[in-house]
Amino acid sequence: MFSAETLQKFAREVGKYPADQKQSAVMACLAHAQEEKGWLPPEAIEAVADYLGMPAMAAYEVASFYNMYDLKPVGKYKITVCTNLPCALSGGYHAGEYLQKKLGIGYNETTQDGKFTLKEGECMGACGDAPVFIVNNRSMCSHMHPEQIDKLLEECK
Amino acid sequence: MLEIEIDGKKAQVPDGSTVMDAAQQVGVYIPHFCYHKKLSIAANCRMCLVQVEKAPKPLPACATPVTNGMKVFTHSELAVKAQKGVMEFLLINHPLDCPICDQGGECQLQDMAVGYGPMKSRYTEEKHVVFHKSVGPLISMEEMSRCIHCTRCVRFGQEIAGIMELGMANRNMHSEIMTFVGRSVDSELSGNMIDLCPVGALTSKPFRYTARSWELQRRKSISAQDSVGANLVVQVKHDNVMRVLPRENEAVNECWISDKERFSYLSLSSDERLTKPMVKQGGEWKEVDWNVALDYVAHGLKDVSREHGGDALAALAAQNSTVEELYLLAKVMNGLGSGNVDFRPRQLDFTSDATRTGAPWLGMRLADIKELDGVLVVGSFLRKDHPLIAQRLRQAAKKFTKVSLLSVAGDDPLINLHARMTVGPSDLVTSLAAVVKSAAEIKHVALPAGLENVVACENSRKIAQSLIDGDKSAVFLGNVATQSADATQLHLLALELGRLTGATVGFLGEGANTVGAHLAVSTKFGANAREIFEKPRKAYVLMGVEPEFDCGNPQLAVAALKQASLVVFMSAFKHAPALEYADVMLPVSPFTETSGTFVNTEGRAQSFNGVVKPRGDARPAWKLLRVLGNVLNLEGFDYMSSEQVRDEVLGSDVEFVSGLDNDLDGLSIVLPSSSANGLLRIADVPINFADPMARRSPALQQTADSTAPTARMNEATLNMLNLSDKDRVRVKQGTGEAVLVAKLDNGVPAGCVRIAAAHPSTCSLGDMFGTISVERA
Amino acid sequence: MALLGAINPVLTAGLKGDDGWSLKDYVARGGYQQLKRILETKMTQEDLISEVKKSVLRGRGGAGFPTGLKWSFMPRSFPGDKYVVCNTDEGEPGTFKDRDIMRYNPHAVIEGMIIAGYAMGANRGYNYVHGEIWEIYQRFEAALDEARGAGFLGQNILGSGFSFELFAHHGYGAYICGEETALLESIEGKKGQPRFKPPFPASFGLYGKPTTINNTETFASIPFILKMGGEEFLNLGKPNNGGTKLFSVSGHVNRPGNYEIPLGTPFSTLLEMCGGMRGGRKLKAVIPGGSSAPVMPAEVIMDCTMDYDSISKAGSMLGSGAVIVMDETVCMVKALERLSFFYHEESCGQCTPCREGTAWMYKVVHRIENGLGKPDDLDLLNSVLGNIAGRTICALGDAAAFPVQSFIKHFGKEFEYHIENKACLVPKDVQWAGSGFHKIPA
Ligand SMILES: Cc1cc2nc3c(=O)[nH]c(=O)nc-3n(C[C@H](O)[C@H](O)[C@H](O)COP(=O)(O)O)c2cc1C
Ligand code: SF4
Ligand code: FES
Repeated sequence: MFSAETLQKFAREVGKYPADQKQSAVMACLAHAQEEKGWLPPEAIEAVADYLGMPAMAAYEVASFYNMYDLKPVGKYKITVCTNLPCALSGGYHAGEYLQKKLGIGYNETTQDGKFTLKEGECMGACGDAPVFIVNNRSMCSHMHPEQIDKLLEECK
Repeated sequence: MLEIEIDGKKAQVPDGSTVMDAAQQVGVYIPHFCYHKKLSIAANCRMCLVQVEKAPKPLPACATPVTNGMKVFTHSELAVKAQKGVMEFLLINHPLDCPICDQGGECQLQDMAVGYGPMKSRYTEEKHVVFHKSVGPLISMEEMSRCIHCTRCVRFGQEIAGIMELGMANRNMHSEIMTFVGRSVDSELSGNMIDLCPVGALTSKPFRYTARSWELQRRKSISAQDSVGANLVVQVKHDNVMRVLPRENEAVNECWISDKERFSYLSLSSDERLTKPMVKQGGEWKEVDWNVALDYVAHGLKDVSREHGGDALAALAAQNSTVEELYLLAKVMNGLGSGNVDFRPRQLDFTSDATRTGAPWLGMRLADIKELDGVLVVGSFLRKDHPLIAQRLRQAAKKFTKVSLLSVAGDDPLINLHARMTVGPSDLVTSLAAVVKSAAEIKHVALPAGLENVVACENSRKIAQSLIDGDKSAVFLGNVATQSADATQLHLLALELGRLTGATVGFLGEGANTVGAHLAVSTKFGANAREIFEKPRKAYVLMGVEPEFDCGNPQLAVAALKQASLVVFMSAFKHAPALEYADVMLPVSPFTETSGTFVNTEGRAQSFNGVVKPRGDARPAWKLLRVLGNVLNLEGFDYMSSEQVRDEVLGSDVEFVSGLDNDLDGLSIVLPSSSANGLLRIADVPINFADPMARRSPALQQTADSTAPTARMNEATLNMLNLSDKDRVRVKQGTGEAVLVAKLDNGVPAGCVRIAAAHPSTCSLGDMFGTISVERA
Repeated sequence: MALLGAINPVLTAGLKGDDGWSLKDYVARGGYQQLKRILETKMTQEDLISEVKKSVLRGRGGAGFPTGLKWSFMPRSFPGDKYVVCNTDEGEPGTFKDRDIMRYNPHAVIEGMIIAGYAMGANRGYNYVHGEIWEIYQRFEAALDEARGAGFLGQNILGSGFSFELFAHHGYGAYICGEETALLESIEGKKGQPRFKPPFPASFGLYGKPTTINNTETFASIPFILKMGGEEFLNLGKPNNGGTKLFSVSGHVNRPGNYEIPLGTPFSTLLEMCGGMRGGRKLKAVIPGGSSAPVMPAEVIMDCTMDYDSISKAGSMLGSGAVIVMDETVCMVKALERLSFFYHEESCGQCTPCREGTAWMYKVVHRIENGLGKPDDLDLLNSVLGNIAGRTICALGDAAAFPVQSFIKHFGKEFEYHIENKACLVPKDVQWAGSGFHKIPA
C-alpha cells in the first residue's frame, strides 16, 4: 500500500509515543499517507488503521474531523485561501476572488486539467502576512497580492 | 460518604458519585439523552443541566461529581431554562415526523419535547438533512436526520460490544453517525444499539412499520437461546410476536441481549411452522387430529418396547427444552422401560457421567464474574457461543481481571486478553496439562500423576500465575471442551488446576437449560446421546432436535434414524430432512407459546409463561407428554400445571436450584500417548445456526455471521495440501463429503481445517472434531 | 520578519530572523544557561515554582491563568508518567505570535519545557503544532534534534540524572484542538473533542496521566524569567500582569505584525508602533484578544492599556493578545458573519448547544447580511447565544457567543439598518476598500 519511504516515516512517528499508544501517530501517518497518495482513499485510511492497530472507523473519524485531510481526490496543487476576518481585512476575500477568476473555478472545485483545487481555509496563524495561502498543506505563501499570485501560479508546473 | 441535597431531599452517596447517581438514589428524575448507566460519560447532550448552589453556570448532572454538602436544584428557574434551551436546540434540526416514526410513543425526545419543548419553533431556517445509511439486515439507519448525536451507539460499540463499527464522522453540525465506508454492523450484540438510541434514528429493520408501540402488549419471558437465560420483554400484537427486547436484570443479562435472541422471533411466523400433527402412511404425510397422532405414537412405542425391550427405544432432546418437558419425556421413556434419554446431542465423551457428583454449572453467579482476578476459558468460541458472558469478561478485563483463553481458533474475543494459547483440538489436553504443571511448579507442590512428560511454556506459566495471584479466580470450560473427545480429561485437568490454584471450576453451559436438564433427566443409566446412534435403535423420540444440525455426528445420527421403524419428531418446525425418516410429526410450542422453566448456567431457575397462543394446533410439549403418559396408562401423569411438574423436579419457589456440583469422583488423569495423526476438523457452531429458531430467522440469516461455511486453514496447511485461498475443495469425512471453498485463516492451528457445523452444506460430514481429508475439487 | 517592534523586549530581544534560530545562536544569546544552572545547583522544585509565581506570568494562550499556580497543581510526588504539553495550535483568528516564537526562537520553547518538566517531575513532553504551519513544525523538529545532540534533551541531561524527552506533534486543521483537552485527545490519536472537566488535566491528562498544558509564549518566557528573576519580570509589566507580551496586530494598520511590549502599555502606543491606521482612516473597532474576545468600539479601546485587568474592566478580554483593528470601511454585519461562520465551522460537533447553536447563529447573521433579516432577529440572536454561553463542554461555546453579543451591543444600529433596509450602512465601494487589494481580473 505504501512506499518504503512512507513506512519509514510512519515508524518514526510511532516512535514518538509510548509503546502502548501507537494510535497517537494516526494524524501524522494519515498526513504522510495523503502526501504519497495525493488524497486519502478509504483503503489508505484502513491501511493506516491496521498499521496502528486501531479500528478503521476510528481512523476515519480522525480523517474526517481535521480539515487538511482530503477524503476526495484533489488537484496536483491544492491552494487553501484564508478568508477569516483578520485576513479578509487585508484582502483575503479579494485574493480568493482573484484566484477563482484566474483559474475559472470556485471553492471546492478542481480545474479541468486536474492541476488546481481551491479551498477556503480558516485562520492559519499568519494574519500579519495577509493575504495568506497554503499550497498542498505544506508551504505557506504570504502577502498574496496579484503579482505574487500570478507568480505562484506560474511556478506551479 | 458524601452528603447532598437534591430538590430538598437529603441523601448520603458514596465518594465518586455524580449528581445523576445521587438523583437516581433519591428518586428525582433528571432529563437526559447521552447518559446511560452502562456507558462512559460523554456529557454531550446537555439535557441534564441542573443548578448547583454557588456554581455560576448550570452543570451537567451526569458528569458533575458530588461534593460534600452540595445543594442541587433540578427544577429551579435556571435549571429549567437551561433544559428548555437544550431541548430547543435538539429540535431545530430534528424532523417533525413523529406520526410516521417507528420510535413514536417510545421516544425519549418526544416525551421530553412535551415537557420542555417550546410551543412554536423559532427556527425558520432549512433543516439539516442527513443521508440514510445501509448497515445490514438488522439495524435500520434510514432516518439519520433524527439523530441527536448522543453517541450512545458509538460508545456501545467501543465499550460493550468491544468493536467500534459505528463512529461519528465529520465535525460541527455535519457530524454523522456512520460505519467505515458503508460497511455493515456485524457485532453479535448490535441490536442493543437500537434500544440505546433515544430517538428513531436507529430502529429495528425487521420491526419497522409493522406496529406502533402503543398497539403492543408487553409480556415477560426468558430467552431460550443461550445459557445465560436473558430476561426478555416480548411484544405482542394479535397473538403475534412483533418484537423481542431485553428486560433488565442486572444479575443475569444486565440490560443486553444478543442479536440471536432479539431477531429469532422472526422464525415464529415462518412457513415452516408445524401447525398440525402429521403421520406418515404408506410413504405419504397426512395431517391428523391430536388423538390420532398420540394413539399412533403410544402404540408404536409400546409395540417396540414389548417386542424388542426398552433398550430399543431412545429419546433425544434439545438443551433448550424446559425442565418440565425434559422431565416428562424421561418419565414417559422410563415408563416404557427405557433409560435411553439424553439432551446432549453434540457430546462425544460421556465417561464422567458415572462419576459426576451433581449437575455441572458455572460454579458461581454470573454477577460475580466481575469480581474475578484471573480467568481461564478453555475450549470456547466465546463471543459466538456466549455473547453475554463474553461481554461480562470484556468489562472485567478492562478493570483488573486477567482473562486468558485456551482454545482451538484464533477468533478475536474482543477482550483484552492476558494470555492465549491456540491449539488443535487434540492438543487441548496437553496444553491444559501444561498450565496444571506450571501451577504445580509455581506452588512448589508435587506434580499430579501422569503429567511428568508435559512441557510447560511461557504462556502456561503466565496463565497459571494469573490464577494463583488472584483472591478469586476461575477456570471455565466452554462448548468445545464439552464437545471434545477428551471432555472428561479436560474436566479432570480443570479440577486439578482448580485445586492447585484455588480457582473455581465451571461450565459455561451449552444451552438455555443445560443445568435444568441435568436435574430433570438422569444420565447415570441408559445409553447416552452417542450410544443411541452407535448402536441403532428401533424407535426414537426427538424433541426439538434437528439431527442434521444439532448432532455432533449428523452422519451417524441420520443413518440410525433412517433404519428405525418409528421416529417421533416433536418440533415447532416442519424440518424438511426429517420428513424422510420420521413417522410422526408433533407440532410443539416454542418457548413463546408455552409455560416452563429454564435453569441457567448459574443455577437460577427462571419460569415463564407463554406470551402468545400456540400457533395452529401446536401444543406445549409438556402437555402433550402428559397426555401421552395418560394414553400409555402410565402412573403419575395427572399434572394440572407446568408449575406442578417444576415443583416436583426443583422443589417449589426456588430461586437457585440445589444439586449443582462440578466435582468428579474417582477418575484419574490419563494423557493421550501421542497426538492425533492426519488432518483434524475444527467445527464451530455459528451463532445463527445454533438452534432451529435462529436458523429460520430471515434477518439473522442475512448477517455476516451467517455466511456459508468455508474450509479455513492456515498458510502451512494450505501449502501442505497444495491449495491456495479460494480454491474449491472436497472435504471427506466418514461416509460423507462436502464441497466448500478453501479460505486462508492463519488463526486456525496447523494441521487443522475449520469447517462449521450446523449448516446444510456441512451436515453430511461426521464428528465435529474428527479427522477429515481435503482435496482440490 | 514579522517581529516589527518592541519596548523592553525579553523574548524577542536580539533575534535575527530566520538566521538566528539555531542552537548556536540561542546559546550565544545566553540560552540553556538557566537549565544548566538549575541542574547544577539542584534547584528545588518548590524554589523554581515559587520564582515563576513571583513573576506573575499569566498564561499567554488566552485564559490568562497564573502559570506558577497552575504548575503547583501537578501532583509532584505522583509516581509514574507525567506530561508537559505545549500548545502551539495557534488557531485563534488574529493570533500569529507563537508561529514567530517557534520560527525565530524555538530553543526558548524547548528550554522552557525542559525546565517545566523538571519543576513538575515530568519526563516527557509534547509540543502540539498548528497543522497549517508545517514549515515551522519542521524547524521545531530540527531544533529538537539539535537539543538532543547537545545533551539538553534526552536521558540524564548534562549528567544531572534528570531525563526529559520532547516530541513535536502536528495538528491538521482544527481550531478546537487549541482547547487544551481537545488537544490532548488529538495527541491520543482521536478527534479533537474537548473533555468535560473535572477531572482537570493536572490529575487526568494525556493518556490519563497528570499533565500540564501551557502556551508556547508561556513556556518560552520561563528561561528569561529565571534569568532576570521573577520580580524583575513582574516589574516590567504592572501588578498582577507581569512581564512583556507579544501582541499580534492585524487588520487596518500600516504595519501588521508582532510587537513585544510590557503589559500595561497604552493601546494608543501600540497603534503608533504599527504605523497608525492604514490610509489614515478612522479607527472603528478593535477586537483586543483574538476573535473570541468581545469587540470594543474605538473610543473605549483608546482609553485602555494593554493588560489583562484593564481590558477586562473595559468589557473584553486580552486573550491571546491578537489585536484585530478595524476601520470605518468595515461592515460590522459582514465581519460578524465571517466570525460566526468560523465558530460554526470549527465547533467539534459534540455538545448540543454549540453544534446546533453556532449553526443557527451563523444562519441568522448570514440572513441579515443578505437582506433577509427579520425584526425579531436581534432578540433571537441574543436569546440563542444566551442558551449557548455557559452551557457547553468547552469554552468554544462562549467564544462563539461573545462576538455576537458584543457586535450587537456596540454596533446594533448597523444590524438594525440591515434588517430594515435590506442593505448595508457602509456603501459597497467603501467596504473592504481598506483591504489594500484592488486588482480583480475581468
Ligand atoms: C476554543 C479554544 C481555543 C483555544 N485555542 C488556543 C490556542 O490556539 N493556543 C493556546 O495556547 N491556547 C488556546 N486555548 C486555551 C487553552 O485551552 C489553554 O487554556 C492554554 O493553552 C493554557 O496555556 P496558558 O495557561 O499558558 O495560556 C484555547 C481555548 C479554547 C476554549
Ligand atoms: S462547546 Fe463546541 S467545541 Fe466545545 S465541546 Fe461543545 S461542541 Fe465541542
Ligand atoms: S485570519 Fe488569515 S491567517 Fe489569520
